[in-house]
Amino acid sequence: MALAELGLGPLGDSLEELRWTFESGKTRSISWRKAQLQALLNFLRDNEEQILEAIHEDVGKHRVEAFRDEVGVLIKSLTHNLDCLEKWVAPKKTKLPLAFFPATAELLPEPLGLVIIFSSWNFPMSLALEPLIGAISAGNTAVIKPSEISPTCSSFLATVIPRYLDNKAIKVIEGGAAIAAQLLEEKWDKIFFTGSPRVGRIVMSAAAKHLTPVTLELGGKCPVVLDTRFSSSEMEVVVKRIAWGKWGLCNGQSCIGVDYVLVEEKSAFTLIGLLKKAINKFYGKNTKECNDYVRIINEHHFERLHKLIRDPEVANSIVHGGSVDKEKLFIEPTILLNPPLESEIMTEEIFGPFLPIITLKNIQQSAGFIKSRPKPLALYVFTKDETLKKLMISQTSSGSITFNDVAFQFLSDSLPFGGVGQSGMGRYHGKFSFDEFTHEKAVLRRTLLLDLEPRYPPWNDFKLKFIRLLYKYDYFGLLLLLLGLKR
Amino acid sequence: MDISLIHINIMPYHASSLPLVKLVNNGKVCAPRIRNLLGDREASITPKQTHPTSLRFSWRISSSFSSATESRPIMEDEMKKMERFDSDSAASLLKELRGTFASGKTKSYEWRVQQLKNMIKMIDDNERAIMEALQQDLAKPRFESFVSEISLTKAACNHALKELKHWMKPEKAKTAITTFPSSAEIVSEPFGIVLIISAWNYPFLLSLDPVVGAIAAGNSVVLKPSEISPATSSLLAKLLEDYLDSSAVRVVEGAVAETTALLEQKWDKILYTGNGKVGRIVMAAAAKHLTPVILELGGKSPVVVDSNVNLKVSARRIAAGKWGCNNGQACIAPDYIITTKAYAPTLIDGLKNILEEFFGKDPLESKDLSRIVNSNHFSRLAKLLDEDKVSGKIVHGGQRDETRLMIAPTILLDVPEDSLIMNEEIFGPLLPIITVDKVEDSFDIIKSRSKPLAAYLFTSSKKLEKEFVENISAGGMLINDTVVHLTNPSLPFGGVGESGIGSYHGKFSFDAFSHKKAVLYRSLYGDAPVRYPPYTPGKLRILRAILDGSIIGAILALIGFGKKKLE
Repeated sequence: MALAELGLGPLGDSLEELRWTFESGKTRSISWRKAQLQALLNFLRDNEEQILEAIHEDVGKHRVEAFRDEVGVLIKSLTHNLDCLEKWVAPKKTKLPLAFFPATAELLPEPLGLVIIFSSWNFPMSLALEPLIGAISAGNTAVIKPSEISPTCSSFLATVIPRYLDNKAIKVIEGGAAIAAQLLEEKWDKIFFTGSPRVGRIVMSAAAKHLTPVTLELGGKCPVVLDTRFSSSEMEVVVKRIAWGKWGLCNGQSCIGVDYVLVEEKSAFTLIGLLKKAINKFYGKNTKECNDYVRIINEHHFERLHKLIRDPEVANSIVHGGSVDKEKLFIEPTILLNPPLESEIMTEEIFGPFLPIITLKNIQQSAGFIKSRPKPLALYVFTKDETLKKLMISQTSSGSITFNDVAFQFLSDSLPFGGVGQSGMGRYHGKFSFDEFTHEKAVLRRTLLLDLEPRYPPWNDFKLKFIRLLYKYDYFGLLLLLLGLKR
Repeated sequence: MDISLIHINIMPYHASSLPLVKLVNNGKVCAPRIRNLLGDREASITPKQTHPTSLRFSWRISSSFSSATESRPIMEDEMKKMERFDSDSAASLLKELRGTFASGKTKSYEWRVQQLKNMIKMIDDNERAIMEALQQDLAKPRFESFVSEISLTKAACNHALKELKHWMKPEKAKTAITTFPSSAEIVSEPFGIVLIISAWNYPFLLSLDPVVGAIAAGNSVVLKPSEISPATSSLLAKLLEDYLDSSAVRVVEGAVAETTALLEQKWDKILYTGNGKVGRIVMAAAAKHLTPVILELGGKSPVVVDSNVNLKVSARRIAAGKWGCNNGQACIAPDYIITTKAYAPTLIDGLKNILEEFFGKDPLESKDLSRIVNSNHFSRLAKLLDEDKVSGKIVHGGQRDETRLMIAPTILLDVPEDSLIMNEEIFGPLLPIITVDKVEDSFDIIKSRSKPLAAYLFTSSKKLEKEFVENISAGGMLINDTVVHLTNPSLPFGGVGESGIGSYHGKFSFDAFSHKKAVLYRSLYGDAPVRYPPYTPGKLRILRAILDGSIIGAILALIGFGKKKLE
């Protein structure tokens, strides 16, 4: 249902209904949350075929890839949340200094209220539903605004989700920029956005008007640092993982995909040779005809990408691939060696199948290279050298660092997923999703039985001494003071 | 060094009548110990350090000093530049701090510990000066200054010192079958350069408490104290310069213009304490640079009083939270009371008795009561009190003295819900009491308003307590007391909704100023072909099992026994 046709009224009514549902307290009960998570699980299981189909329709992802990165990941998260929910919602007791005696303190997780999730087109199911799992687990009511760039998935969510989830608490609202702008005018209790830094700024500015906290999942140029001191069989695994991290994750159109590789000069040609071999192994000789190879999402992005390699200096740096077919929105896996650092391909997030290789004299220089650029969402370091590992952790800043693999941090429920600086703010996955949609209310309980006189005015020196000792937790001194034995 | 090289420019300060000095050494601005200048102009002046960048320093200084100093004429354009800390000065300040941060100096455990220790020494050495500044700004009683500003700041330093090693340790994270074989941890790393904009009501605590967190987390810091408490602001500027590493920790004094110049810059985190109006401006400015923010705002913090309580203790705790904390000018002070119609007279009597015990018969003469911060706030509060439908509702107090900016503790009964006093944060010594038939009716009143920073309940009923905790949303909640939850480092301090974003105190401060970096270590062994193209039905079968968390299923699929429906 396109809201553009309906105007403001129905949108207002929908939100009113969601707020009312939240006020009723229904979404706070654990049984409601569990039922919704279970329903979402059923939605995925019942509709797996159609979902894989819809993703294929929009993004051209092979069903195995779509299952791995979308349906499968969501099932994993749902199972995890269903297992852990009761533990997460329980209040956490905290320690209190003796001076507070008698009292108890706890942190009570409470839902924020009505939240909105803006998802993106490259993982049209998982980026819409993974945050929703967190929002439901935390007991919120939610609106999902799926990306209009993946229309099949968007309308699929809008039609099928209401059949499974509580329609009074969770709604899918479809639309493009106009609807998004209209939604941003509203007062939300949390905005969760996945997309580009440019739109991220717009979202946060809009949120500021209502003091709404935001989670921004943005992107950035995720580098691979390759220290080639590996055996040749290890190198093969390494390069396979890099190639997979570039072309095997929605063909580079992924926020945690590999953007470029840093390697020592002397190893560049070995690397290029191995990359070609991996491409061949994955997709065969003719990538254009290969079903496992994802196409570019739309004409706009195709043009954007094509422009990157039309820069003559960049074009000169191509060492493999480079062919395109606008009709089929196809761009070949393309490797570039040392394109100019000031060219757009090295200043903008690529988000497509180009892999620039930048050579350094020695691999230690990579920390400085990364530090001089905006903080990436992910950093991938292939090395066996513990010193280099330590150096990369302490010297560079990024949303996450993964050693000897690509993108696997995304699968771990025990690791926070999110950016820093230009790559975003806030984090989610597993318990972190729950926390992101929760306010931890500090609750301190005291009794009226015991009351310390020196807390209160009128002030005198005795009271000052008393408080001084109390803040030091000097209970012996306090005793002496009370007995009149301390000056 | 040759003293004749030092030129001192005197010019009017834009925000007050006090003159400013600028010290120029051979064309370079330098930062000598201003204390020496103030104490004895004959003393040799040694610059602590010179700043090769174009950074300008400004100090407020006593006017008696001006006549006797060697000063050179001030160029008009220079005068204009000096008048305020502008975008250029902010940009060069940031550049310098970025340099320090990039050097990695602030990340070391030793540096953090040293700064925290220096801060404790700074507080110990200057206890009297701090109390005097607070006395000057707010007429804050010494005792109150000690309890709620000096001690709490010191406690925050001590707590951080004690726990820092533990906080900095990477946190091990569990890994699942999906990423097997691997190990994972979460590493806390500093954001970079953080900006802290603090408030005037607790000008010392609200400035330094966040600085403690920022330093503990290994950041560079710029502190902008409130211009509404000028004595504390300039004291902080002087003390931090003297005691802390000024290549990483700086104070910028000033008002709106200076704050605007600061907010134009790209920070890695901003913590603002103040009101929602400015909070919105801060967050909108932060959005331009995608800077995360912590907003510590206020709101109308309600106190619900049940009729079954120990009157004396309850009244005392309410009075201490309202009038004993900067005379109501605290973000977590009780704003209004809700109690039953039947109990209200008893409660009012109880409060009156306590007030006399605390502040004597004539509270305007009490040394134990803070004054109103300035005439703006005085007239704001007077306006709340003078509103037609409100002025007749005063049941206690109401005396004021505009010349001394004093307002007596004032209790009002049954003010209308649509009055000004019930629709903005009071932030002063006025305490309206709203009455309801049943104490449970208070919930709807609280829920119909924006979420407060704190909510208080006095009761001996466990049932009411449970309902209150479950139904009311607030930054923090305290049962049978007021305000003291703030002093507990194991509880996060911060708001929700209109009362703010993010929290701090204790470990929460450290976390607030740390980016939690996910670190995953994978091995190159056990590289499953299942993840790579070309994609086959068999691969789907294995993935399904792995993502379902079923080891057996995965093994079965690997050896070809998977039973689930597939393609």
